[in-house]
Amino acid sequence: MGSVPMTKPFKHRHLLGIELLDRDDIELILDTAVGMSEIGRRRIKKVPALRGMTIVNFFAEPSTRTKLSFEVAEKRLSADSLSLAASSSSLTKGESLLDTVKNIMAMSPDVVILRHRISGAPHHIAEHIDAAVINAGDGTHEHPTQALLDAYTIRERLGRLEGLRILLCGDIAHSRVARSNMLLLRKMGAEVTVFGPYTMIPMGVEEAFDVKLHRGSLEEALSDKDVVMMLRIQKERLGEPLLPSDREYSMHFGLTMKHLAHVRPQTLVMHPGPVNRGVELAPEVADSDRSVILEQVENGVAVRMAILYLLCRPGEAADG
Amino acid sequence: MTQPQERLVLDKQGIRRALKKMASEVVSENPDLDTLAFVGIRTRGVPLAERLAKNVDESEGSDVPVGMLDITLYRDDVGIAYPNPVIKPTRLPFELTGMTIILVDDVLNTGRTVRAALDALMDFGRPEAIRLAVLVDRGLRELPIRADYVGKTLETTREDDVLVQLEEVEASDRVIVTKIRKPAGEVHDG
Repeated sequence: MGSVPMTKPFKHRHLLGIELLDRDDIELILDTAVGMSEIGRRRIKKVPALRGMTIVNFFAEPSTRTKLSFEVAEKRLSADSLSLAASSSSLTKGESLLDTVKNIMAMSPDVVILRHRISGAPHHIAEHIDAAVINAGDGTHEHPTQALLDAYTIRERLGRLEGLRILLCGDIAHSRVARSNMLLLRKMGAEVTVFGPYTMIPMGVEEAFDVKLHRGSLEEALSDKDVVMMLRIQKERLGEPLLPSDREYSMHFGLTMKHLAHVRPQTLVMHPGPVNRGVELAPEVADSDRSVILEQVENGVAVRMAILYLLCRPGEAADG
Repeated sequence: MTQPQERLVLDKQGIRRALKKMASEVVSENPDLDTLAFVGIRTRGVPLAERLAKNVDESEGSDVPVGMLDITLYRDDVGIAYPNPVIKPTRLPFELTGMTIILVDDVLNTGRTVRAALDALMDFGRPEAIRLAVLVDRGLRELPIRADYVGKTLETTREDDVLVQLEEVEASDRVIVTKIRKPAGEVHDG
């Protein structure tokens, strides 16, 4: 009883992208996730906070980690959840996305989590339905929950985001993870450098995202970094190959144990998954003590619990 | 602007004496200190639990463990009484099963916090018994819950605010009753 520490309210109805969040929003999500992470270490990993809430996981594009992570987060908060995959939905029978979602709305969900191959699909849906919408990845646009769990992992390991030097390496142009991460890390005051094949660096990335573009070798790019985020080549989004071969890509942009010998001792290696072992990441690197890849997956649950909780809380409160 | 009417209920000395009395009652009713633990409800229950444990340890030469419980996710009034609570980790650095848990909070009012805390504790194990210790019992219960150890009993109305201030959280140790509602964003529960 007595007084309870309060924060500013989370002022968003949806979580559509990092671009719509400010620094306070991001800090509130990360701070709430710290409290949530402890639940995962209990014997009974469940709290009654979202009892009676209905959540629909609608993944119109393949997903392993994100879908599992949301499902676990929903169960830990005692929400009722339903999952729908593209292959098993009527989207394959020609129904439009909006019609499918309107039919889902007949089940009165409180939250709809959407992954879709079209950039902006969650924003479109959010305008038409009476439920909170969470973007679980839209085309090449954003993947906000991934960027938030990455930020959580960095903050937990290194204690802060402000002033850190972070390298994003790989297919920047087609990666929604890169986009959300660039936005988030810049908002939190980290210094971001991008590096990758020129065919995979978006035109004008330096001005558009206020980041640095590294020209040179991976060794040089790594020398002063606190964190290196390795990205997967988005093969499913490439119309024609932008690379001669995986082998050639790996020679220039793959992280190996040789690289790790020269980086600073605290440098973290991150990857949003799925990892293409031997392409962007040598197998030994993925399994090394520098790698926090599995921590990222574990932290994803706490971060998604925090987001669900903040979006599902009853609205403006009465006093007393 | 109305001038807030403040009434001092307990000062530093008063809080110290109340906790000493409560600690000695806990010891006389629970002589097996090896199975005793204090669990404070965040926020102000935690320093009170630590002070009670210190009182017990100093008089008995024991080392009674202290845990902390965040019950926000178990509340039935989030968004009613608590618009934006910060969720903090729960830490219970001992096995609960078989223990006698002294649950500690600053103010007992409606009983809803304690109800939530009991649910939370049960998720961590099966204690032998759970007892309740509060610095102030201000009445106005909405649930069939009572305290086993009470520092001070107060007759209050719903218009009263009972404020417990502790050195660990605020600048000073005191308990006051005010008639004025708190501004939004600094809500006190019932």
